[in-house]
Amino acid sequence: MNNEIKNKLLEIRNLKVVYETDLDTIYAVNGISFELDKGQTLGIVGETGAGKTTTALSILRLLPQDIGKITEGNIIFEGEDLTLVSESMMRKIRGEKISMIFQDPMTSLNPVLSIERQLLEALELHNTQNRDKNQLKARVDEMLELVGIPKNRKHEYPHQFSGGMKQRVVIAMALACNPLLIIADEPTTALDVTIQAQVLSMMKELKEKLGMSMILITHDLGIVAETCDKVAVMYAGEIIESGSIEDIFGREKHHPYTVGLFGSIPNLEIETPRLSPIDGLMPDPTNLPSGCKFHPRCPEAMEICSEELPPIIEYGSHTIVCHKFKKEGGVNEKN
Amino acid sequence: MYRYVIRRLLTLIPILLGIIFLVLFIMSFTPGDPASLLLGQDAPEEAIVQLNTELGYYDPLLVKYAKYIWNALHGDFGLSYRTQKPVFSEIIIRFPVTLKLAFYSVILTAIIGIPLGIISAVKKYKPIDMVCTSCAMVFASLPRFWLGLLLILLFSVELKLLPSNGVGTWKHFVLPVFTLAAPTAANILRLTRSTMLETIRQDYVRTARAKGASERLIIFRHELKNALLPVITSLGVEFGVLLGGAILIETVFSMPGISTLMITSIRMKDTPQVTASIIFFAILVCITMLLVDLIYALIDPRIRSKYIK
Repeated sequence: MNNEIKNKLLEIRNLKVVYETDLDTIYAVNGISFELDKGQTLGIVGETGAGKTTTALSILRLLPQDIGKITEGNIIFEGEDLTLVSESMMRKIRGEKISMIFQDPMTSLNPVLSIERQLLEALELHNTQNRDKNQLKARVDEMLELVGIPKNRKHEYPHQFSGGMKQRVVIAMALACNPLLIIADEPTTALDVTIQAQVLSMMKELKEKLGMSMILITHDLGIVAETCDKVAVMYAGEIIESGSIEDIFGREKHHPYTVGLFGSIPNLEIETPRLSPIDGLMPDPTNLPSGCKFHPRCPEAMEICSEELPPIIEYGSHTIVCHKFKKEGGVNEKN
Repeated sequence: MYRYVIRRLLTLIPILLGIIFLVLFIMSFTPGDPASLLLGQDAPEEAIVQLNTELGYYDPLLVKYAKYIWNALHGDFGLSYRTQKPVFSEIIIRFPVTLKLAFYSVILTAIIGIPLGIISAVKKYKPIDMVCTSCAMVFASLPRFWLGLLLILLFSVELKLLPSNGVGTWKHFVLPVFTLAAPTAANILRLTRSTMLETIRQDYVRTARAKGASERLIIFRHELKNALLPVITSLGVEFGVLLGGAILIETVFSMPGISTLMITSIRMKDTPQVTASIIFFAILVCITMLLVDLIYALIDPRIRSKYIK
């Protein structure tokens, strides 16, 4: 038991995030909870607008200033609640203990600073071992080599690199200070498929080599199956199903939304003239539906779905938030 | 790089040919002939006709144009009708006044506009931003000559602190430089503010924040360099405008610069002098723009790599 607590790196409890503008309040994340142990990889999947990126940004407290707010919940990282620590403490955590890889490598590097300058910056900001300039520069070379970029290109600028190379630079930057946790927000979405595979296998390899934990945000279930230990499926700011990789990919019972997600992947062996998407759109986050937020699109919706919040059904490590499985046992817990 | 500079300087040639044509074209429409202005209304008809013929006044436009270009190629831009001296000698004497005026104004513009623009952007919607943007709005919409007259009224007539005309000491430059710089500084402030706000939203700023960079580092290292590119172009353009746009200000403050020379020459129908002054301005503006582009390349590696292999 004690060992388990020691291993726990990140715990999020009932996190709620809103974006407030003069016109609207957008309920982006509505009470999600999950845990992550050291060395584990958690995949967060879901459609665009499900609140995946918002969750990631709130862990680092990088929500858009003045608009994004954490209204409730705790983010406990190494025993410390990140929602409470000071901004200067937060700056020490960012990049040093938790770092983030952003979605679009084309825009996430500063166009007027050289690659070396940008990598060096992360190292200088968190120079806890008081290394001198030459040692830091050696570390830059080392990091570039690690992600497969020849070190003689370090004086070049972002526009001189291809998309895949830029993402490697971003990854090198995120890994430079040996963080405990990497949050990768759709790291391969902007890349073409062959480069995707390269970048992913590199990330997986580096993660294992350096012993880090990772939160991988994606909408690609194939990537999740390949890289993650745990999966959380998000819909309209809630985690509607979560479990180990075996639970999600192996077990029979699933949330109807997860079923829809799997159903929308074309099967190579069966000839299908059309893709089978989930009908309808993500609900308007300023005006979420009552009861289960998926009920307007759910093919198996019952009367109760629009009236009551669905229960959390647990089968060991596998959790489904749905009315459908209420009668079938499992551990019931009122939401 | 050298090739680029030379190429840019070569583009001056068609620009100058066009400008000379336009000036001669417009001057040919203005009423009055140089001889009657030079000799006075009472001069005998034959003398006027003779002088006009000598000056080439009766030549068709294209002939005038060809003659002018031919002489210019031999370094002869003509004599001023008014003073009978080579036109550029007058320009060279008066140029320092105009240059000083424009140069100090651009410096003042940058010193006021850029920092206040940055502060405004960083403190968006806070009181200091409100004050800066409202002041900018007022100064940007004030006509320069009117602002100049008001300043003369206040500082020269009422308070008797600063001189209202002449170029003797640095004191003579305070009011005209401020008058010239105020509206441009207001524009630069607004531009800096908006480009800063633009860069604040960029992904690479978020990346820098995710690295743990402090706000100050983010503003000075990540945002400023990107935000200043359009501001520098604008400052370059403003410098050109200030060189030529000082016309009203030199008149209001009675400063013996090129602008007052140009106005007098236009009144006297002193075509060689007007043409030469405009050519001079055109060359200055082109060189300024070239310098701006070079500074651009210095700051932005994306542009630099286009010129240097």
